[in-house]
Amino acid sequence: MLADVPIVFVLIGITAYTVLSGADFGAGLWMLIPGGGQASAAATRDDTRHAIGPVWEANHVWLIFVLTVMWTCYPVAFGSIVSTLAVPLLIAAIGIIFRGTTYALRSQLERGEGRGVALVENLFALSSVLTPFALATVVGGIATGRVPVGNARGNIITSWLNPVSIMAGVLAVAFSGYLAAVYLAADARRLSERTLMRDFRHRALLSGVAAGALALAGLLVVRAEAGTLWHGLTTGAGLVLVILSGLAGVMTLVLVWRGYFGLARASAALAVAAVIAGWAAAQEPLLLPGLTVRAAAAGRATLIATIIGVAVGAAVLVPSLGLLYTLVLRGRLDAAASDEPAAPAAVPGPVVVPVARRAASVPGTRLAWAFAGVSLVAGVGLLVFASPAWAIAIGVLALLACAVTVFALTAAPEDGA
Amino acid sequence: MGLSLVGASPAPVNQQYLFEARQMQALSLSVHIPLVCFGIAFPALVLFAEWRYLRTGDPVYRTVARRWSRIMLALFAVGVVTGTILSFELGLLWPVWMQDFGNVFGLGFTLEGFSFFVEAIFIGIYAYGWDRLRPGLHFASGLPIALAGISGSFFVISVNAWMNHPTGFTLRDGRAVDAHPWSALFANPFFYAEYVHMYFAGYIVCGFLMAGAYAWAFLRGRWGRYERTALRISLTAAAVAAPLEVVVGDWAARDVAQYQPVKLAAMEGLAQTTRGAAEHLLGWYNGHAVVWGIEIPKLLSLLAFHNPNATVKGLDIVPLADQPPVNVVRFAFQTMVGIGTLFALLSLFYLYISLRRRRLPNARWFYWAVLLAGPLSVVALIAGWITTEVGRQPWIVYDVMRVDASVTGAHIIPFGYGALCLVYLGLAGAVVWLLRRFSRIPLEDDDAG
Repeated sequence: MLADVPIVFVLIGITAYTVLSGADFGAGLWMLIPGGGQASAAATRDDTRHAIGPVWEANHVWLIFVLTVMWTCYPVAFGSIVSTLAVPLLIAAIGIIFRGTTYALRSQLERGEGRGVALVENLFALSSVLTPFALATVVGGIATGRVPVGNARGNIITSWLNPVSIMAGVLAVAFSGYLAAVYLAADARRLSERTLMRDFRHRALLSGVAAGALALAGLLVVRAEAGTLWHGLTTGAGLVLVILSGLAGVMTLVLVWRGYFGLARASAALAVAAVIAGWAAAQEPLLLPGLTVRAAAAGRATLIATIIGVAVGAAVLVPSLGLLYTLVLRGRLDAAASDEPAAPAAVPGPVVVPVARRAASVPGTRLAWAFAGVSLVAGVGLLVFASPAWAIAIGVLALLACAVTVFALTAAPEDGA
Repeated sequence: MGLSLVGASPAPVNQQYLFEARQMQALSLSVHIPLVCFGIAFPALVLFAEWRYLRTGDPVYRTVARRWSRIMLALFAVGVVTGTILSFELGLLWPVWMQDFGNVFGLGFTLEGFSFFVEAIFIGIYAYGWDRLRPGLHFASGLPIALAGISGSFFVISVNAWMNHPTGFTLRDGRAVDAHPWSALFANPFFYAEYVHMYFAGYIVCGFLMAGAYAWAFLRGRWGRYERTALRISLTAAAVAAPLEVVVGDWAARDVAQYQPVKLAAMEGLAQTTRGAAEHLLGWYNGHAVVWGIEIPKLLSLLAFHNPNATVKGLDIVPLADQPPVNVVRFAFQTMVGIGTLFALLSLFYLYISLRRRRLPNARWFYWAVLLAGPLSVVALIAGWITTEVGRQPWIVYDVMRVDASVTGAHIIPFGYGALCLVYLGLAGAVVWLLRRFSRIPLEDDDAG
């Protein structure tokens, strides 16, 4: 029982990463093919790029979460997976570097034009397509039982270049495009950009139908290539979840058609969650061939520590993510419109006071220097000569107190440099 | 929680590119670690500037905070990806280490993941929230970034400290069982000196690199209030941390003497266990002793154990196969200590002028020194990590698992190493290009945008 909790965390993480980061990757897809709409390609690219600005880093962290929970709680399985599937993981890693740095780079070139900018944008877009493809081939390799237990025991090529993996990769790209288009359509509506909204609605419908068709084709490939997985997906809980995913997929298209983009996103997330849960149900109780989840799990103390860590982390994470998405969806983090006089509107409460009058009193400053001196002597004395842990802890705190005090006294003199 | 050993150590993996795998890991770490310094220190400096603005209404502080928050966001984005590469590589290159010990140290990375989440979420809110959020709220949205920068490095370094001083599990057939991750990571006596040492290093690197940019402005004759204010904040951060780092470094070195005597012997080039051991500055270790160095009698015993006649263990306590490459470790260590000592002197000069004369120094040599201190701080940082990590060789888990037993059996290393080198070269070019652009943006842009 305990051994199954972290795998649920992993599945939740994979779902969140697919839905959230998927949309960010999809934004890259539309930057690669910005044409075909009524809005200009340049406007489409700009809008797409701005939309992911405040969120892509947070969304990306789900991948780290999945990796760390896997290697902590199922270390044997993790070692086997990363050694056999090293090539697609390396490709994904390189895609991630390119995507992140080109995005950061492009953001610094706000008014930039020319070949340099186009190169940066194209690299961003290409790596946004490459990364989800590579990661999905990893899933395909695991789901079809191509990762034996051990250090690089599986085939380093066919473990990820096989029909099911390739199908999964293409589906991941199409689905990312769909999620991004739904998101961007909602975003364009919020910004009252009607042309862009219509464009992205069309793109959402197109890519949604494509993703649905690919999913169906994928099932056929699974039937032909991976009998065990097919059996799992067509019986019991697996079947229920596959049907649920299909229904949610159809529903999300209807919702996009009718213009309910927010609901469409929720049902798209449900479709993803169901298909990932279906995959888990299909291969349950096995994690890798011959290795059950329970046998792969780390010891009791590690599992409990991880569960506590994730619970505490979630208590911080959930409200923080809530705040971020609320601010983004309400447009509170949109770039200030250029005609809006931004700076004066935000002058803070305290009126500008001639700085000299704020000068700290001389006795106060003296006292602060005395404190800095005492804490320096205490800190150095304790760190150099004491050995018990508590004394060293006090020594470190004293040094920090000294550092903060001297910094505050020196970094901003009242005459303003 | 101690460490008990049952059964044999794992055998080496058949991997002809082990050295390249280590190079690849070292390259990725060297790219990432300077960015970590910015994660540790920069949010606090940005928030300090914003806080001064809120207190005084002085717009120059607002300009400083805004410009820095853009740099912070860009560096964070690059840090996100270089950090992700590391987490991929830990598994891609050392899967057996993961497989056999992930249950002990993995928790540190899981917790770090949450710090990373908080950092990513609030950096988005903070950097995009200028002029959009109320001033107090905007300032508050920066506080979690500063806290997460501190906690994230805390969790990651706890794993490194565990690799250097592994505890909290039982070894059976070369694999950790009965793991107790909390005590293994956080009740580890080796951890805290290492962490505090890195924490201060974060301020030194971030502070000197930023200050270096404004020292360059001074030397080029651009010396307005903006440059003076920005230099004063960043340089003070480094100048406060640098002298204190000497004290922290002494603490860290004594921990090494106690828990990793072989590493200490390599750092000092001490071949035989010696009573009243001498310290050697510079010189070369020829396999038996340090030659051509400046010898200071009994100093090593005094520094390592606070007793001039203490016995310091030499490299001879372990077979040659278990010794790290002495000259690499020793040269790296001396580089770090040498640069750190110069930093402490430069910092004391700066603090003295600031305190007694209540102004910034005027001398041009001082600004040349600050300009140079930026890159030198990165050299010292990397040298310090080389001391720790090469000094740990040949072990990945100290005295428990060898690096050659942990490496992947997959034949991807030359391909991966080559690709990564190209990617990082491109990245370096992009960063230089970006910084040049930054330095050319007129100030008005930031106030309006």
